[in-house]
Parts: sequence; C-alpha cells; structure tokens
Amino acid sequence: MKFGILVNEGPYTHQASDSAYKFAKAAIDKGHEVFRVFFYHDGVNNGTSLAVPPQDDRHIPNQWSELAKEHNVDLVLCVAAAQRRGMLDEDEAQRNGKSANNVAEGFRISGLGQLIEAGIQADRMMVFGD
Amino acid sequence: MAMLHTVNKSPFERNALESCISLAKAGSSILLTEDGVVGAMQGTAHSKKIEDAMANISFYVLGPDLKARGLSESNVVNGVKVVDYSGFVDLAADHDSVQSWL
Amino acid sequence: MEDGDQVIKKFMYMNRKAPYGTIYALESLEVVLIAAAFDQDVSLVFADDGVYQLMKGQNTDDIGMKNFSPTYSALGDYDIKKIYIEKESLEERGLTLEDLQELKYEDEDDDWAEKDSIHLVSRAELADVIDQQDVVFSF
Repeated sequence: MKFGILVNEGPYTHQASDSAYKFAKAAIDKGHEVFRVFFYHDGVNNGTSLAVPPQDDRHIPNQWSELAKEHNVDLVLCVAAAQRRGMLDEDEAQRNGKSANNVAEGFRISGLGQLIEAGIQADRMMVFGD
Repeated sequence: MAMLHTVNKSPFERNALESCISLAKAGSSILLTEDGVVGAMQGTAHSKKIEDAMANISFYVLGPDLKARGLSESNVVNGVKVVDYSGFVDLAADHDSVQSWL
Repeated sequence: MEDGDQVIKKFMYMNRKAPYGTIYALESLEVVLIAAAFDQDVSLVFADDGVYQLMKGQNTDDIGMKNFSPTYSALGDYDIKKIYIEKESLEERGLTLEDLQELKYEDEDDDWAEKDSIHLVSRAELADVIDQQDVVFSF
C-alpha cells in the first residue's frame, strides 16, 4: 500500500509530528511505501536545520531527515507556508534577499501541488494535525 | 465504502469526537489517538456516547497513547479494541479511506 | 474512476474551525484554489465552527489581519461547485444561510447559467457525502 502523509503542526508543540513519524515508520516496517510526507501550516517547522532540543529527548527534525535518507521518503515543505514562517532553503533565501537559510537535510521546498499529487497517487492519505 | 475515522483530541477539550460520531456511517471505524484516548475510558461523562455508538461503529484506541498518559487498557470501555502503531497502519490499509477529526 | 490517463478521485476539504483565531481557514482555502488545477472531484464542507468562515460582512480592520473572505466568491471560477454546509451546525449557532455569502458558479453544461454552489445538508445527508470520499483533508 502507498501512503501519503500530511503533517499540519510543528515539532514538539503538538504530538502530530511524532504520531506521523511513528505511523510512517510502522508502515515502512510492514513493507508499505510512504510516497510523500507533506508539511503544511506550522508543520514546515519540522524541516528546520537549527533545532537544538535537549540531548535526552528525541530530535524531531533529525528523525525525519534520517527516515528520508534510510528509506528514500520524499519530505516536502509547502513553499507558501514556509515563506510565511521563515523556513528558507538556499534558493529561497537568495531569491528573497535573506542572509541565511535553514532547511535540514532530506527536506525540499515545493508547492501545494505536491500535496494534491500525493492524494492522487497514494492509496491512503493520512492527516496529522491539531 | 468503510471509512476509518481518527480522533486525536479529548472530548473534554474539543467537539471532534462528538462531530465524528454524528457523521460516521454505520459500519465505519473510529480510532482514538493522542489526547483522544481519553474518550476511550470507562466511567467518564463521555463514556455513554461511545457505548451507544458502538452499536454501529467499531472503536479502537492507540495503546501507546494510553500508556503515555498513565491510562490502563483494562479501564477502557468494554469492546473498544487496543491497537499499536502497526495496528493503526493495518486499520488504515483495511479501510477504503481515512478521515482525521482534528 | 479513470479518465484516459488521469485518475479522478473524490477529494473533500473539511472545514470545522472559525476564521482568524487560527490560520487553518485561510491556508485550507489556499490548498483548494491550487487543487482546482488538478481536475479532481472536489467537495468543500463547512461544519461546526467552520460555518463562520462564510459569514457576510467580515471586517478585520481592528484586528490587523487580512480579510480573506472575498476569496470564497472566486471558488465558482475555479470550478468548485460542491460546497456543503451542515444544517445543524448553522442552527446550533443561531445562523441561517442568509448570514452567509452566496456562492455561485456558472454551469457550462447549461448555457453558463448561474447556479448556487452551496448545498445545505443535514448531518445524515452529509454523512453519506463524506462516506463517498477517497481523500479527506482536514486542517
């Protein structure tokens, strides 16, 4: 089965990102495919390269980066939501005249069309939010 | 078409569970996750709503979220089935579509 | 259902929150507008506090936020013509359809006649509509 996942909330404040991650891992462990994880609203903040959470707790952005690396999962941050919230990759930063960029490894920035495409291509679309 | 509905908020906090129950068709399933697991507990002001709805709808609750909140599986409303994340994945695969009530 | 190469699925966008207190109303509308380009079978639902998103006469001057409610009237131009409003949600809030924007579309199969996009449905009817969907987005 091919799963699409939508994450509507940022790391730590809501359980959404954790629940989505646990679901994605369980799906992969069972031999399913996670076609794409799309991050919208505050969910784009899961893609930050600047998080420094306490050492004795899970590192949410890193968990997602590792999932992308190990299992080739496509992690997409919505460009409009990302711009609003100051999540910029190198290209976006340059285009908008910003002095820094902050998107973590494994995440890419793209449009809402990627979410719709995931809805079309996946067998099941899971939404994790508030 | 059997839909899997998920509710992640406590019935004491939001009306998500109430709305979900009123709009879920007979034969569908409801999975309680995150703070929504509170809705699965016996002896609360909301328990009867679940008990009544169980006539037509299958109820599940995510074990890891119960455990996290110090809630015991043995105190869950009779007939609500406890599943883990693997079971959550199975539920999603075994139903035709999934709707999250936020 | 397939149309040549293209898969057509039933997409539902569920709106249950009031506008402005959170960004969900605005950002979900942005998804709907982009989604129009994908030619899927789209339905919008406004239930619970979501019905407030369509209130007429929104004036955001004093809260300093952008009033995005005029955008809803463009939905017809984007071929979004299945907009369901849950009757009980209106009643419980002391509202009627008169309090909400009238949303219309032009029916290309009927000489571009202007028609209502809004369908007032009971919970029971809405439950049937929801059950038919392939993909449900909640925000």
